[in-house]
Amino acid sequence: MDFTRGGEATAKIKKALQLVGMEVDTIRRAVIVAYEAELNIVIHAKHGSLVTHIHPNRVEIEAVDEGPGIPDISLALQEGYSTAPPHIREMGFGAGMGLPNIQRCSDELHIDSEVDSGTTLKAIIINKSRGE
Amino acid sequence: MQKYFHSVMLDQEKCKGCTNCIKHCPTEAIRVREGRARIIEERCIDCGECIRICPNRAKLAITDPLERLQEFKYTIALPAPSLYAQFGPAVMPHNILAALLDIGFDDYYEVAVGAEIVTNCLCNYLKRDKPRPLISSACPAVVRLMQVRFPGLLEHVVLIDTPMEISARIAREKATRVHGYSSEEIGVFFITPCPAKVTAIKQPFGSRSYVDGAISMSSIYGEILGRLESPSTNIAPGGSPAIGVGWGRAGGENHGIKDHSLLAVDGIHNVINVFEEIERGGLRDIDYIEAQACTGGCIGGPLVPQNQFVSRVRMENLVKKLSQNNYRCPEIDCNYDFCELPGPILPRPALKLSNDIDQAISMLEQVEKITSELPGLDCGSCGSPNCRALAEDIVRGYAETSYCVFKLREKLQRLAREIVDLSHLQPPAMGRETQKSDEGDEKQ
Repeated sequence: MDFTRGGEATAKIKKALQLVGMEVDTIRRAVIVAYEAELNIVIHAKHGSLVTHIHPNRVEIEAVDEGPGIPDISLALQEGYSTAPPHIREMGFGAGMGLPNIQRCSDELHIDSEVDSGTTLKAIIINKSRGE
Repeated sequence: MQKYFHSVMLDQEKCKGCTNCIKHCPTEAIRVREGRARIIEERCIDCGECIRICPNRAKLAITDPLERLQEFKYTIALPAPSLYAQFGPAVMPHNILAALLDIGFDDYYEVAVGAEIVTNCLCNYLKRDKPRPLISSACPAVVRLMQVRFPGLLEHVVLIDTPMEISARIAREKATRVHGYSSEEIGVFFITPCPAKVTAIKQPFGSRSYVDGAISMSSIYGEILGRLESPSTNIAPGGSPAIGVGWGRAGGENHGIKDHSLLAVDGIHNVINVFEEIERGGLRDIDYIEAQACTGGCIGGPLVPQNQFVSRVRMENLVKKLSQNNYRCPEIDCNYDFCELPGPILPRPALKLSNDIDQAISMLEQVEKITSELPGLDCGSCGSPNCRALAEDIVRGYAETSYCVFKLREKLQRLAREIVDLSHLQPPAMGRETQKSDEGDEKQ
């Protein structure tokens, strides 16, 4: 578990989205989704990867991990529900806002999970141009 | 006509083409080409980091000379609060103000007073329902950093004008009201600790600037020192407001605000770390962020004469002394209409690869591919700040793969190997000499 490096993958994704010239709001939402997904991998999983597909009209963020899995996805999507251990909460993480934040910031969200195996999360953020 | 005015410039003669500045620029705005640094003007935020780091003093800030005072009938000096911390412990603000009048200004208006007004406005602004955390608009380098690298945070910026602009406006109005001068006859000059403020005057965030020029603190320093000994003007002491003066150093802005959760960050790279945290959805519990590009705040500006650790002590002591006076803010306090910026601050999209999004995506793919083939040492010898930036420059057409010394070496090795291989080949008519010498070798 390495919190000091949590956020590095997100920073790379943000840089790429800025180079492409995505809308400010699309980047804002994608950064939050990517960061929360990245942290979930850091906190809960053994391994994991964060892959971003960039299309002109949308950003797809896919987080795949090997880990404990989520027994009840609808419960995990509730604000404040957290399975993070106490020492993580003491560090100010694990407030049970990760998945709710991801849901709030994405236009489509698919979560597949198998207990004791791993989780696959796919979030889609539509690139809406402003004022058009 | 150039699109962006910049105070930070390059002295072509002094630049040796080293890579110190490109590595420290927070917006990756500098490249070395043909042995000279080049500033990409869309990206430069005039923070002055390169001025500080350049070992050859080749980076400079364009400011106004004192001679410009002669262009106006009535001149007003606007000393930045940080100016008061540049002198010995016995020198008080009123001594410095008297020296400014002796230099030739007809009047002065302390920016510390403007800061005091902004403090009052801020206290009310923080009660409004706005996205948290709110971010200070006082440091122009920080605001421009947001325009270029953090456009998503611009909606967090407090839309209150800077102490400098508010001071200039009040000073101008007074000159017109009391002395009857027209707007064109009045020259307002800011005594600046940094190039970012110079740019903020020439290219303001609001519709116009009320300031006519900026004089570098280090260039007027000697003039003030010389007049402190035997002043011909006397000004009553105690007029400077403690909280406003305190704005000159990091933490000073927050010091004046009470009853809120406040964060102060100084140094542009630290500011970037905090902004990244906000972008990721953090720090919602913070109400207000005072962010300053220079370490130590304005007393750490690139154009101040005094060492910032010395000036910090001077400022702390001065603020203590001044807070014993009961200062009262001028009449117009808390009036937003007067202090508010006319509109939101817009992003400056200086990073995107192409205006056409399909093309930008395929260019990004090339950037990724080239980056993976580069050594990843970020040495800077190619003139770009790191390998990834070089890949971007190649894709934009501003650089070539051979700019990378490692790639060039690889190519040379391949070529050398090919030459060796070629030298072993021979046409059928040749070969007797080699056979003979081989036999000769065997005999020995």
